[in-house]
Amino acid sequence: MTEPGRLTRDDVAHVASLARLHLSDEELDLFTGQLAEVLDHASDVASLDLAGVAPTAHAMAVVNVLRPDEVRPGVDREEVLTQAPSVEDHRFRVPRILGEAP
Amino acid sequence: MKPGWEMVVGLEVHCELKTDTKLFCGCPNMFGDEPNTNVCPVCLGLPGSLPVLNQKAVEMAMAIGTALNCEIRPSTFHRKNYFYPDQAKDYQISQYDEPINANGHLDLPDGSRVGIERAHMEEDTGKTTHAGTSGRIHGADYSLVDYNRSGVPLVEIVSAPGMRSSAQARAYATELRAVLVASGASDGKMEEGSMRVDANVSVRRSAGDPFGTRCEIKNLNSVRSLGRSIDYEADRQIALLESGEAVVQQTRHWDEDAGRTVALRSKEEAYDYRYFLEPDLVPLVPDAEWVEAVAATLGMMPATRRARLIDLLIDGGGASEAQVDQVATVVDLGLDDLVVAAVAAGVGSGLALARTANEAATDADAARRLDPGSYVALLTMEGAGTLTATQAKAVLADLLADGGGDPVTMAKARGFEAMSEDSLASTVAEVVVTHPDEWERYCEGGEKGDKLAGFFTGLVMKATRGQANGKAVAVELERLRGS
Amino acid sequence: MVRAGEWSAVDVLEQHLAAIEAGDEAIHAFNLVTADEARAQARAVDRKVADGGDPGLLAGVPVALKDNLCTRGVPTTCSSRILEGWKPPYDATVVTRLAEAGALLVGKTNMDEFAMGSSTETSAFGPTRNPHDTGRVPGGSSGGSAAAVAAGFAPLALGSDTGGSIRQPAALCGVVGMKPTYGTVSRYGLVAFASSLDQIGPFATSVADAALLFDVIGGHDPLDSTSLNRPTPRVLSVIDDGVDGLTVGVLTEFLDGAAPDVADRVHQAAEALAAAGARVEEVSVPEVTLGLSAYYLIAPGEASSNLARYDGVRYGLRIDAEDTVAMNTATRSAGFGDEVKRRIMLGTYVLSAGYVDAYYNQALRVRTKIIDGFAAAYRHCDVLLGPTAPTTAFALGAKTGDPLTMYLSDVCTIPSNLAGHPAISIPFGAGDDGLPVGVQLLGPALSEGTVLKVAAAVEAAAPPLAPPAPARAPAEGVAT
Repeated sequence: MTEPGRLTRDDVAHVASLARLHLSDEELDLFTGQLAEVLDHASDVASLDLAGVAPTAHAMAVVNVLRPDEVRPGVDREEVLTQAPSVEDHRFRVPRILGEAP
Repeated sequence: MKPGWEMVVGLEVHCELKTDTKLFCGCPNMFGDEPNTNVCPVCLGLPGSLPVLNQKAVEMAMAIGTALNCEIRPSTFHRKNYFYPDQAKDYQISQYDEPINANGHLDLPDGSRVGIERAHMEEDTGKTTHAGTSGRIHGADYSLVDYNRSGVPLVEIVSAPGMRSSAQARAYATELRAVLVASGASDGKMEEGSMRVDANVSVRRSAGDPFGTRCEIKNLNSVRSLGRSIDYEADRQIALLESGEAVVQQTRHWDEDAGRTVALRSKEEAYDYRYFLEPDLVPLVPDAEWVEAVAATLGMMPATRRARLIDLLIDGGGASEAQVDQVATVVDLGLDDLVVAAVAAGVGSGLALARTANEAATDADAARRLDPGSYVALLTMEGAGTLTATQAKAVLADLLADGGGDPVTMAKARGFEAMSEDSLASTVAEVVVTHPDEWERYCEGGEKGDKLAGFFTGLVMKATRGQANGKAVAVELERLRGS
Repeated sequence: MVRAGEWSAVDVLEQHLAAIEAGDEAIHAFNLVTADEARAQARAVDRKVADGGDPGLLAGVPVALKDNLCTRGVPTTCSSRILEGWKPPYDATVVTRLAEAGALLVGKTNMDEFAMGSSTETSAFGPTRNPHDTGRVPGGSSGGSAAAVAAGFAPLALGSDTGGSIRQPAALCGVVGMKPTYGTVSRYGLVAFASSLDQIGPFATSVADAALLFDVIGGHDPLDSTSLNRPTPRVLSVIDDGVDGLTVGVLTEFLDGAAPDVADRVHQAAEALAAAGARVEEVSVPEVTLGLSAYYLIAPGEASSNLARYDGVRYGLRIDAEDTVAMNTATRSAGFGDEVKRRIMLGTYVLSAGYVDAYYNQALRVRTKIIDGFAAAYRHCDVLLGPTAPTTAFALGAKTGDPLTMYLSDVCTIPSNLAGHPAISIPFGAGDDGLPVGVQLLGPALSEGTVLKVAAAVEAAAPPLAPPAPARAPAEGVAT
């Protein structure tokens, strides 16, 4: 399989933005170097031919874990809201939301 | 729709399931409660919380899949990652490449079939209210989030891009809604948000061409808005293309008051949700027994109910186009069981259908609550000639208003006694005697003669102030003519 | 002893609190000491004993909890600024089970931030120091819990292990630390790092005590879908059964990367097991060498998603801004440390469209290979033996300059997390520098009984290790 190219500064800037992280220029440089090194090390995995091997997402093969449709006690609203950064009208207050949900 | 163009429409419908609790936790699935009172660590996305799947939600999803003729498959859950304040974990647990239901279809009353690609399970988000002048996002100073709705179970039904007109899209939405309600999974209230419809619309010059660029329309609160917005959007795209511009792929918002779609922030690229298998959940592998058990408890679908009535009409001699419409109305209002009961008791199918579609339908709520026995008794009286049509309609109005009763008693109360055979015969005889010329012509027969039956019937009706039964009069005239 | 009424829970607790008071300033094992809560719990235990009731299997035993375990009303910070001061409105399942068993919550221990690290140096609140040499790291990420037990602050502690975060600090601090089979201990209330790898496990001064603690916290939990719904091994009763007839495989790939003094200890342990009646042979599981790379693709991927919820909206730190996106960004940038940011970005990258198949999905295939490799070994071995960590404790600051060097500390522990298998580190003498060495036993899924049996035999043969100064509190074994 084709291996991805080496991690670039632009790649890191892009994922930082996706992850809602702001990096200074120095941080961007530092992290790019460090992450590229880790990915280089991981390229031994990327380059393997494992076409016939099924991925294992769960180590223990369990299926059909379900619960009955019965109401269970939740949490005390006040206990939760007192831990919230900003509350108004028993709701969580956030600054202006610029766009619709994707 | 401009000639020389074809529209292509696909619908995505999000349906809230009528479970008692949320999809992944035991919080009540309840609309309208005080904000943030139906929450727990799981649906608030608190650190350390974990999801556990609601069995009833799975069964309702399977019921929907069965009703939509889907394959019910082993399925898995994935995380759809994106940041948004109403998304408690900043990812949504949904189904991605292995949905529970796939490859189904929905047959519409007009006979067309729309493919259904998938109907998968996912969790709902919380609700944001925006503080500002319009209550809308744009221009708001800040927003408030209520997580009562966070984690409510949804089934997302994605149709194939198989509709070619707004009428067909409306028919699909209407029929789908009826199916969702009939399956027991939903209450289908578009206006309340328990059924949300988004439309994907594109245009092309002819059926052989590849699909054009599509736009997604959101914020549709009724089937009517759905139709209007699709027509508007198709016209908008055609105008763009005809003037040499391209259609930009984007999400658009339907503005009901202005009657147009408006672009939201245009997304140049598709959002990367970084889907991966949800490690906190395990796969769902329903065995054949479970699938069959769910299918066995599924109620009758609207299409089956319509077919049932059409069959009764055909047995009774045939179904006219008007009657097909009546059948649709009756089924849509949930009154078809009344028709079936009446026909089973010997009432003519045409009469049973007409009375139900035209009169009972005027107060469908009351009609649904009526004791079928009273309804059948009334129609039987009308069918036997004991009551005229006018009289029967009056008694039915009384039945509906009172929420039930005994039709015989009610007819008497109104003074609708059937005329005795003797008094009918004597009234007919009198009318005949006082109109000898017409009687002679009637006895001669032929087309002209037969027509006079109506003349005599009219005179009898006038003389008896509408109490006579028209059919009984006709029978008596014939008898006199023959003797 | 407390159960039998010989000692009072209050007295035992006060001794430990005194030890913490005297010694923790130098060690910083704790983020928070919950003295008052513990005293109230102790009094309740003593009352129950006096009334003739059953106070529970861990009655009056002080237990330290890693600060990523939710404790209702008690700050749970994951040693991160972004959760500083956050009080969960609920208890983790293991916390509830400990309380039901009569244990005393003595405090929340320091850790690498969000469990990301191998030295407890990424904590936002300063590192924990190794009680055997305070210039050295205690290992990580559960360094605080390991140090607390090593220093005698608590006889028992809980940690979490995603890539070795219980076993490696146990080895570096000279205590017993175990990661059980994935699914045997509920994760409900464990702040998630990498969901398919995380497990909660015990720290103790003896194999028997670790077994007891495992028996108390383990078992099915309907609040955790990945919790196994079949009998969890109950192990305390079998650990003294001996190793006759068992086959122990010495894992060559693990030995390859170990420092000579550490490797010597492993060989010594192998000889002791042979002397005790086990069959000992060399075993190769070449697939384990892929574990490190696969881990550093899977774990950050899951972590990047698990840590998205820290956005300043519902709890924790918030840095205000004009709009929500700016607020999320300012909050997360200020609230997370560098290592956490690195792993979030790495994880976001390996999951992104275009790369997810080459990296993340590929790592999941490697996981299959590792599981198959172990399965082959377990066809003729009951357990595997190797070092826990490649070296003894390194100096504070020695590896913080280069993330990759730090990641290499986990080569021997990661494969068990990927496979979901149980593994335990048992102290086995010291290295050339006098610092503790741990040897590791691994077993197939749900083989805790066998693993602990062998562990007890290893423990019995372990060379003595000098306790850290100051001298430990006079703690007798709990499991008497």
